Amino acid sequence: MRILFHFGRYFLLLKDVFGRPERFRIYWRRTLEEMDLLGVQSLGIVALLSAFMGAVITIQTKTNIDSPLIQAWVVGFATRQSVILEFSPTVISLILAGKVGSNIAAEIGSMRVKEQIDALDIMGVNSAGYLILPKLAATILINPFLVMISMFLGIFGGWLAGVQAGVISSDDFILGIQTGFKPFHVTYALIKTVVFAFIITTISAYQGYFTRGGTREVGISSTRAVVYSNVVILLANLVLTRVLLL
Amino acid sequence: MIEVQGLSKRFGDNQVLTDISAVFEQGKVNQIIGMSGSGKSVLTKCMVGLHRPEEGRVLYNGRSFHDMNDEEKRGIRQEIGMLFQSSALFDSLTVLANVMFPLKMFARGSEEEMRERARFCLDRVNIVDKDDLFPSQISGGMQKRVGIARAIAMEPKYLFCDEPNSGLDPQTAILIDDLIKELTEEYNTTTIVVTHDMNSVMETGENIIFIHQGRKWWQGSRQELLNSDNTELNEFIYAGELMREVKRARDAGR
Repeated sequence: MRILFHFGRYFLLLKDVFGRPERFRIYWRRTLEEMDLLGVQSLGIVALLSAFMGAVITIQTKTNIDSPLIQAWVVGFATRQSVILEFSPTVISLILAGKVGSNIAAEIGSMRVKEQIDALDIMGVNSAGYLILPKLAATILINPFLVMISMFLGIFGGWLAGVQAGVISSDDFILGIQTGFKPFHVTYALIKTVVFAFIITTISAYQGYFTRGGTREVGISSTRAVVYSNVVILLANLVLTRVLLL
Repeated sequence: MIEVQGLSKRFGDNQVLTDISAVFEQGKVNQIIGMSGSGKSVLTKCMVGLHRPEEGRVLYNGRSFHDMNDEEKRGIRQEIGMLFQSSALFDSLTVLANVMFPLKMFARGSEEEMRERARFCLDRVNIVDKDDLFPSQISGGMQKRVGIARAIAMEPKYLFCDEPNSGLDPQTAILIDDLIKELTEEYNTTTIVVTHDMNSVMETGENIIFIHQGRKWWQGSRQELLNSDNTELNEFIYAGELMREVKRARDAGR
């Protein structure tokens, strides 16, 4: 029964989040700030992870399919498919759930325990909308760009590592990433990214918004935000893959 | 004027407030006093709509707050200024931006006019040349004063102060008390101060409500407070040596 309580409260919170903004201009300015904080400042970790993961995927694929029956370009093909279909949208979202989700839960949770959310409510500000909507808009707008950058860097990292390590020629790799390319796979990845951004932001915000107690509880909320976001992302990944690819 | 009628509130099995009725008068510093855990902060939070009571009503100039729709509640809330125990200033905003915040959200006018109004409020609470500092860079007493400046920025009709001088040295506490009293007279607000500080009660209390075990135990003026024969009230007000000394001096003078 407890889970039903949380479901109900989560959807009631969402209703408040999408309530009418007091001043659209202020919400927009906050969205731009959040895009910087939650998106641009995640660029470094996303770039680093993507390049190295692409490199590792290429080398591992080559070592596992090293057969005269399989053409060399398949390594590039497998790297592209792995990066576009799964690594960039899902693994990067799981990483962002750790970085961005904990940030959101800790920030909103701290505001709750320091009575700053009460102060907003008493002023007549829709605190849920003011605090959460700009974060949600920011992650939904910026995460697809992060994932597209991740796709590029993942494939680039794979090419660089493959060519440098001598496991594949540049021409074979490029032939592989061009072979059988379906633009819908990028669309599928971006749909997943937007859904995952919604999950990360709203679940983390929910955990922060209903924090009760002190600093210890803020820490607990942050941890829950990451764990629950990850679990829901994995479930949503399965459902979306089933619906969009089969 | 704010009127509370038959207000009861519980959290789970814990009955925090029982059948509280009281009138808080306009232009006066109304104080809610009581021991820690007596329910006075919960009463205030019910009055401003942060908690929904199980029973009873809160009337703002005759209008029942909990029966209003969201738009009407928002309207009333824009007439409320509140100073929190923790000051509740926004960490990420500067002192000036904190005071400008309610103006930016609700007031009409240019950015420059809002800045002027915020500076006026900061001057009023004697905060000068701190515009660009963040709350963490100023003292607790200054944070309280910035909190008051933010509370009066929208010229509220109702001013709530939750333990305004807790954690402050006696001199700063008196400054804050005096400021609240002055602002109450200046803006003719219905001011409600939650406190367990007897110095504050003796300095500024005009209409005092004593909450004990979640019930209204006593209500009266400062003079009546000192002459009361209510046992629980006397245990509360004469708990400190200073007030006992006052009582001894009064008794000796009789």
